[in-house]
Amino acid sequence: MFTDFFFLLKKKGVPVTITEWLSFIEALYKGYFQSSLNHLYYIGRAFLVKSEAYYDMFDLAFQEYFGGIETSPLELEKVLEWLENPLHKLPKLTPEELAEFQKKLEEFRKQHDMEELMRQFRERLKEQKERHNGGSKWIGTGGTSPFGAYGYHPGGIRVGGESWMQSAAKVAGERRFRNYRNDVILDVRQTKMALKRLRELKREGTQEELDIDETIDKTAKEGGEIELVFTRSRENTVRLILLMDTGGSMLPYTELCERLFSAASQMEHFKEFKYYFFHNCIYQDVYEDMANYKRVPTEKLFSNFHKGYKVIIVGDARMAYSELFDVNGCIDYFYTNDKPGIEWLMRIREHFPYSVWLNPTHKNFWGHYTVDTISKIFPMFELTVDGLKDAIKALTSKQKYAVRQ
Amino acid sequence: MTDTNKVYKGSDYYIASKPLMEIVNVAIALGKPLVIKGEPGTGKTLLAHSIAEALNKKLITWNIKSTTKAKDGLYVYDTVQRLNDARFKDKDISDIRQYIKLGKLGQAFKSEEQVVLLIDEIDKADIEFPNDLLNELDEMSFYIPELDEEVVAKHRPIVVITSNSEKELPDAFLRRCIFYYIEFPDEEMMEKIVRVHYPDIENKLLRETLKRFYWIREVDGLKKKPSTSELLDWIKALMIGGINADKIASEIPFLGTLLKNEQDTARFIRLSSTQQGGFGFKKRF
Ligand SMILES: Nc1ncnc2c1ncn2[C@@H]1O[C@H](COP(=O)(O)OP(=O)(O)OP(=O)(O)O)[C@@H](O)[C@H]1O
Ligand SMILES: [Mg+2]
Repeated sequence: MFTDFFFLLKKKGVPVTITEWLSFIEALYKGYFQSSLNHLYYIGRAFLVKSEAYYDMFDLAFQEYFGGIETSPLELEKVLEWLENPLHKLPKLTPEELAEFQKKLEEFRKQHDMEELMRQFRERLKEQKERHNGGSKWIGTGGTSPFGAYGYHPGGIRVGGESWMQSAAKVAGERRFRNYRNDVILDVRQTKMALKRLRELKREGTQEELDIDETIDKTAKEGGEIELVFTRSRENTVRLILLMDTGGSMLPYTELCERLFSAASQMEHFKEFKYYFFHNCIYQDVYEDMANYKRVPTEKLFSNFHKGYKVIIVGDARMAYSELFDVNGCIDYFYTNDKPGIEWLMRIREHFPYSVWLNPTHKNFWGHYTVDTISKIFPMFELTVDGLKDAIKALTSKQKYAVRQ
Repeated sequence: MTDTNKVYKGSDYYIASKPLMEIVNVAIALGKPLVIKGEPGTGKTLLAHSIAEALNKKLITWNIKSTTKAKDGLYVYDTVQRLNDARFKDKDISDIRQYIKLGKLGQAFKSEEQVVLLIDEIDKADIEFPNDLLNELDEMSFYIPELDEEVVAKHRPIVVITSNSEKELPDAFLRRCIFYYIEFPDEEMMEKIVRVHYPDIENKLLRETLKRFYWIREVDGLKKKPSTSELLDWIKALMIGGINADKIASEIPFLGTLLKNEQDTARFIRLSSTQQGGFGFKKRF
């Protein structure tokens, strides 16, 4: 048992690593858990899950794996059996992973007297059985277990709101952390957090910046001979252009887009931040202000902004075939375009190699032909926290990010 | 051989949930840094104080700012002082040691007894900051080239790291830590927290304030939801103002202690006056 729990966690999307799994196992070996599932739940979570964004996935996995066990004590024999042979049941590991696992395990065995550990474990198990009271007794390591001495604080009850007696499986079943998942919501704070990764700290231009700390330091070390030290400026050099679709099908996502927009504009994080709007598709003009149709020729983007600018386009990429492929295909009756939208999109991609498309609709809906076509021009990501992170990775990677073919 | 001193069970002025206590104890037992996250005011900073108090250990606090560098925590070589001494004072400057000042991490390592080291608000610093500390926290030692000396921890400090998640922490760093997210306290737990601060509070007042407090937190789209600290301030104001519990059921005196910006106040008043007809907020403000 157990090892498959590791895989279940991975399957549910918890990015757990073998290092963490082994630390967790170490804690179990050393007896830092009780026979109840509660311990397994909280300690497992603390060792294996490093962000509240994955708590819900952990809950799901835990429920699936231990859900049937309810409040009855964990079958310690099974844990024991597994601990004696932790490599058992690892068919799904790749050879590299298996090698890493084995290496780590060897290290672990070198550090610990395994026989002694197992002996202690068996002893605790025996005591546990003799006491026969399932969940409420601690498995302690002869008094040194951190759980050995719980009880009530002399100054009063010190047990918090989370009802301890409730079975862990039930706690997991409540899925209280559902709203913390990264793949569901995207609020302004999270957006800011993600956008903070969009940065490049390097010196720009020829002007060098005097490093005062280093200068003083050097000068002092040289016994007072003034020694000027120059350094690269550490300011963020990222210049960002945001192009946002305000078309009708985007209506349901207005708030989502507003969040992205307000996060980016509130941040004062970028060297330069420009934004323009468009309606369904981009043609010879973009808009500075959609409400009063204040136009800027798309050509101006190419002449005013060099190719180092990063471009994020936000839109559902969903439109009529003609809007993307036809001359005069623009949905607005008063507007004519002598080049089809797709040509403009390709020119944008050509001019700005660091460009991505963020799509507020779910990946499942990207089969639509215009979405599909556009996702072959721009790397396309979901407008979720995870999608935004990947998009930013693409924007900051050294190579031009490949699109699907 | 039971060493009860080693077991953390909360402290007189701090309410820790049972899972949190457990995790604190595992972290101590296995010598792993404990990363604590949670909304503002959920008692992250206070936890480290509580651990130190309960286990009777010294607390060393390293407050992180946006300009903090990992090196600052190890040691600082005060070259300016040395230069100054060399030029303007008749002082022997050959012993560099007098110009090496240990940072918080250095102090924690050098301490004669085990200490609790609080690295507060680690997310304030540069994204790379936690990674720059990996080695030192792993090895519990660092090297001072100027002195050709290795500072090795005499006792592995109990390391508590807090984060408000302004930035995400690097994976490599998190892998070595134990992680706990303090949920915003539910009413039952909050009652206990309030009682710790105001042991004599009248039951009815406590109940009414909590009811109102959680109701306000539910208001959609607040920029800053009131936290525990605001609740405590509010209750204090109510107690000093001698406001009785019935009044809170019909209006919210001292709303300003709970909602601290105008937009939130405006939003709250607008929503509450439509949702709860006759609630009479408008008259009050
Ligand atoms: N569990 C608790 N027990 C007792 N008091 C608490 C508890 N949690 C919060 N408080 C009260 O709330 C105040 C804020 O706590 P603290 O400063 O530790 O929060 P924090 O999580 O560090 O917040 P921030 O993210 O703003 O730094 C404390 O001074 C204390 O009065
Ligand atoms: Mg704090």
